[in-house]
Amino acid sequence: MISIAFALALMGVQDLPAAADIEPEVTTEVAPAPAPAPEPELERDPVTGELPVDPYEMSNAHAGATPFTGTAMRDAFHGQEGIRRVVDNMVDRAVIDPRISEIFVAHDLVRLRRTLFEQFCHILNAGCDYTGRDMESSHRDLGLQVDDLNVLVENLQAAMADEKVGFAAQNRLLSKLAPMKRDVVTR
Amino acid sequence: MKDLSVLRVAACLFSLSASTLVSANLPAQAQDLRNGGKLLLTNGVSTIEGSGGGGLATWSTIAGNATQEGIGGSVHGTVIELPDYNWTSFGVSVGFFDRLELSYARQNLDTIDIGTALGLGRGYTLNQNVFGAKLKLAGDVVYGDPLLPQIAIGVQHKRSSDAAVVAAVGGASPNGTDFYISATKLFLSQSVLANATVRFTKANQTGLLGFGSATDSNHKPQFEGSLAYQLSRRFVVGGEYRTKPNNLGIAREDDWVDLFAAYALTRNVTVTAAYVDLGSIATADNQRGALLSLQAAF
Ligand code: HEM
Repeated sequence: MISIAFALALMGVQDLPAAADIEPEVTTEVAPAPAPAPEPELERDPVTGELPVDPYEMSNAHAGATPFTGTAMRDAFHGQEGIRRVVDNMVDRAVIDPRISEIFVAHDLVRLRRTLFEQFCHILNAGCDYTGRDMESSHRDLGLQVDDLNVLVENLQAAMADEKVGFAAQNRLLSKLAPMKRDVVTR
Repeated sequence: MKDLSVLRVAACLFSLSASTLVSANLPAQAQDLRNGGKLLLTNGVSTIEGSGGGGLATWSTIAGNATQEGIGGSVHGTVIELPDYNWTSFGVSVGFFDRLELSYARQNLDTIDIGTALGLGRGYTLNQNVFGAKLKLAGDVVYGDPLLPQIAIGVQHKRSSDAAVVAAVGGASPNGTDFYISATKLFLSQSVLANATVRFTKANQTGLLGFGSATDSNHKPQFEGSLAYQLSRRFVVGGEYRTKPNNLGIAREDDWVDLFAAYALTRNVTVTAAYVDLGSIATADNQRGALLSLQAAF
């Protein structure tokens, strides 16, 4: 019983630093603008709206999983349209989820939505190539914990449920993402 | 009296290890201690012996909702209605950093009319305290290599409060310790969770009838298997099989089987209902009935 009270007290304590971190940074920006650019001199591409990144080699292998074969998974996700809705919904949820929202500040969400879409579309065999970076190098500097991953998985599950993707198919996509934990979670 | 002091020692140990583990962790990364981060149902439920697992079978999962980032725990209560007995048990467990689990469970078996038949008196209740510790060695139930399960080893020290009854039925000792190794994996591509546990035990009816007998007093390997299908984030159905020793001359002991459904009402509360077949218990055959268990985890 003592230990339960103790652990409960800890649960309270651990909320404090998080709350303290949310500094009411006063910016005059009004529009739901994408996160501020990490370096002021970077300019968004007028066509894609993305920030430039350092050059890297492109390969479908960077998607981090062998794609499904056949069309069942593509259909379960309602094709590219559905996959785009799932990815956008997941990102929308993640960036306002108080448990992980801070991690996305100052990252190029335009690029993230595109590369995540490509990655899911490629893995689900819905006719895309993945042109983003590999999982290890794109998460290396984020210092993610397994709790962050679990939160993102919950956001993805909610997005897939909104898209009415069957639960077995949801888990099948997760089975492709689960082994990537070792590249994504660095702490 | 004795039970109480054991309890107190256990409670102290719990909080001691909690504070050492935590203070070791606090200075460097206080902001990183996070609790309650596990995905729904991936902590399993509480077994009748208090450890994290299915209803009857112990799994390698660590109790509570915390991941390697924090400390969690659970409390549970279980009732089993059988033709000739009523079972109640309750317990608490604490999971440290998804690595170490300490647990306590109290089991009570109301013998109703069998008590009269055995000369104990109607409604005589057999009691037992179970102290458990479990250490995760490798793997992860959800993430990582899809073929590498989460593997854990554990001990359960059991102390029956009915030494006289244990002696009368031929049990060699009212106290005993089980050792087990367990492997559990959620196969996401099939939505199937599988568990296999080997338990070295000499417990008679998990220890409620003591440990070993005059003729048979060695630890023997027994098997506990669970197979479950995840229907949704909140809902899982499955079955379990648990083999048991058969040490006592006066009463046969059977393997246990159950079919269960577990539902996560909230992130913290899970209800489990099961059909259980516990076979023959202390001369009363065909003990088939219903199990209902409620767990609160944080
Ligand atoms: C298995 C799980 C994950 C997958 C499959 C995944 C996928 C991706 C992809 C495709 C990119 C883009 C790479 C590029 O820009 O070339 C990316 C970047 C990023 N991911 Fe993840 N991710 C995962 C887990 C997470 C988690 C748990 C978080 C945080 C909660 C996260 C936060 C980010 C951020 C902030 C970026 C942008 C990095 C940058 O701007 O350079 N990711 N991820």
